[in-house]
Amino acid sequence: MSAEAIPPGIVLERESASRPNYLNWSHSVKDWLLTTDHKRIAILYLVSITIMFGLGGIAAMAIRAELTSPHGHLMESDTYNKMFTMHGVVMIFFFLVPSIPATLGNFLLPLMLGARDLAFPRLNLLSWYLFTLGGVIALGAMICGGVDTGWTFYTPYSSIYSNSNVAVTLVGLFIAGFSSIVTGINFIATIHKMRAPGLTWTRLPLFIWAHYATSIIIVLGTPVVAVTLGLVLVERTLHIGIFDPAIGGDPILFQHMFWFYSHPAVYIMILPAMGVINEVLACFCRKRIFGYTFVCGSTLAIAVFGFMVWGHHMFVTGQSLYTGMIFSALSFIVAVPSAIKVFNWTATIYKGEVWFSAPMIYCLGFIGLFTIGGLTGLYCSSLSVDVHINMTYFVVAHFHYVMVGGATLGYLAGLHFWWPKMTGRMYPEGWAKVAAGLAFVGFNLTFFPQFILGYLGMPRRYHYYPAEFQIWHVLSTAGSSVLALGYAIPLVYFLWSLKYGEKAGPNPWGAAGLEWTVASPPTQFNFDELPVVTWEAYNYDVPHENAIVDHSKNVLPDAEGASHSAH
Amino acid sequence: MSVEAAHDAHGHHPVQYHQFEDMEQQNETYIVGMWSFLVTEIMFFGGLFLAYSIFRMNNQAIFTEAGHRYLEVDKGAFNTVVLLTSSLSMAMCVYYAQKADRVKQLLCLGFTLLCSFVFLGVKAMEWSKEFAEHHLPGANFAYVSDAHLSTAKAQIFFCLYFAMTGLHAIHVIVGILLMVVLGVLIAARRPGVKYYMPVEMFGLYWHFVDIVWIFLFPLFYLIPGKR
Repeated sequence: MSAEAIPPGIVLERESASRPNYLNWSHSVKDWLLTTDHKRIAILYLVSITIMFGLGGIAAMAIRAELTSPHGHLMESDTYNKMFTMHGVVMIFFFLVPSIPATLGNFLLPLMLGARDLAFPRLNLLSWYLFTLGGVIALGAMICGGVDTGWTFYTPYSSIYSNSNVAVTLVGLFIAGFSSIVTGINFIATIHKMRAPGLTWTRLPLFIWAHYATSIIIVLGTPVVAVTLGLVLVERTLHIGIFDPAIGGDPILFQHMFWFYSHPAVYIMILPAMGVINEVLACFCRKRIFGYTFVCGSTLAIAVFGFMVWGHHMFVTGQSLYTGMIFSALSFIVAVPSAIKVFNWTATIYKGEVWFSAPMIYCLGFIGLFTIGGLTGLYCSSLSVDVHINMTYFVVAHFHYVMVGGATLGYLAGLHFWWPKMTGRMYPEGWAKVAAGLAFVGFNLTFFPQFILGYLGMPRRYHYYPAEFQIWHVLSTAGSSVLALGYAIPLVYFLWSLKYGEKAGPNPWGAAGLEWTVASPPTQFNFDELPVVTWEAYNYDVPHENAIVDHSKNVLPDAEGASHSAH
Repeated sequence: MSVEAAHDAHGHHPVQYHQFEDMEQQNETYIVGMWSFLVTEIMFFGGLFLAYSIFRMNNQAIFTEAGHRYLEVDKGAFNTVVLLTSSLSMAMCVYYAQKADRVKQLLCLGFTLLCSFVFLGVKAMEWSKEFAEHHLPGANFAYVSDAHLSTAKAQIFFCLYFAMTGLHAIHVIVGILLMVVLGVLIAARRPGVKYYMPVEMFGLYWHFVDIVWIFLFPLFYLIPGKR
């Protein structure tokens, strides 16, 4: 972080190609690994979670390959158990939870708020190191022997009976949990106190609202799962345990405490994706988001109600019928704010100037798949239906529709949308459309058969199954190959675009929002002059090229000018 | 960091970081951040308090007996007084930090540090007694009930006791480490702690540690069960 790198007081021409930006003002490894710049940390996270996504994906492909045959030719049962555990642990704790907040959120929060950085830049770096440390430990445990408990670590199997590397994995998850807590605290403080003058709560982009709600869930939920996993760890190693039925403990208590976090964690994964959808949709429909205040309210409502529904994971654990009924009713209530969002998105598209760019195609895919995922969630939260479909592929298909069809497509939509901002380069639009189409088709082919499988009674986590299920499993595996291609193509063209992509100007989409008023890629301290906001979010009613900020004065951000300008 | 140096050169407060507009914004942001962190701490202990409440509700008799017969209420009460006193001296330390009175600040911090060691010392005495009486959960656990109660849940009582007081003690130890660092920095007149904010933030943490004990003490040592 050196202010001397930019000599103060020099005014460059409009041609900003020669201005140092956050990517090229220095090139040493040390400057990257010890950076406190939120944009560089976002890139570090992007690399880390892409690696994690790849590993989780390989495990998924191994599972799908194994399931093409009803007799399990490829691997032993033990190996299969370790594969689906690895898939679940890596994808949830090391990809989905950090995906949008830690990359796009980290990158965009200060830019959208008109701030030079997050509130606590060094904590932000610490968060990445905790994530990496936790990831290395957990991956190490999985490579050196593996874990076979499933990502839910249900006791007493995880605390007493399992002979795999549960303890080491739990240490890794415990550490990674703190990385997300640190990010949550950072975001809350930033959104509360670092908004530019004039940027009131009701002028915030909905992406910020989504991250605010997400951070609240992280701050309230993650410590509970941390202490719960910590108790399992202590029970396994020191035999001080409250989940062990042999000494009067209660293994069901584990499930309550685990799902108290892990159900809200679903909203940690999906809310940021919904935030992305708002931004992309408004831009490519050239319209203000329909019912802005209702979308804000529904975002917070999801965060609040999300904490009251964990019992719907436990309808068949013997909790009382009345408990089940209340949890079932509350789960239905969560569907209301989710539905508000879907209605508002469709109302935004209605009579909009729709531009079918690649991010928009991902967006439309998200809306469809999330709707299917959400509605099948209502099946699962109905008591009597859940008794039939609990622990079957129906549930697997349901949450993959929300997590993969929802969160991951939202992540890809956001990555495409802000890629020009992050790298200064355009990706190839044609290929991106092909990839978006492949992901949508491949996804449906993979997971729709699983609804049918689950309805017919195929239990999850089994790899031997009756021969009549084979056709659905083969279809699903075929779909997963298409889906994998849909993920591999963006990886290739994103890397390609870093060198050969067309140069993107500050605002290639003509989008509203403060992040589009700065150069692409942004300079080290984001804003030459800190902005004063006098407009509502998504002001697409006005001509958007020059309506927001005049780009003609490209003054360099010397520390003095930048810090005095806002007063 | 050279950015701070740049700010310093232009007449900013020496401890203002580059991402903030002025000290007021920085202070408010720190406070929001610290309270958010304390919320995570409350939830962290909250899981354990939940477990305690459930087991307590279902096993009143054995929990009351184990607490009243095997935990020493006078030591617990003494420790409560010690921690409350340390909170007072910590609050005074923050006051003197705001007044920039370095010597009194160090004295108060030193007294708080002393109290925390006394607390841990008494706690260690209590724990070693429990070890000696085979109350540590595990293969060697043994428990004698006066009232011929079923002792199946006595082990759970001690699991919770060690887990919760242990986690609290870890927080005290972290507090001690932070106090030592703060004290050394203040004594060395480092610019980072010239301003009162670091002390104020640590004060919030220390009061939190104190309040956790305020809940732990009655739960384990005092409250009677339904007879």
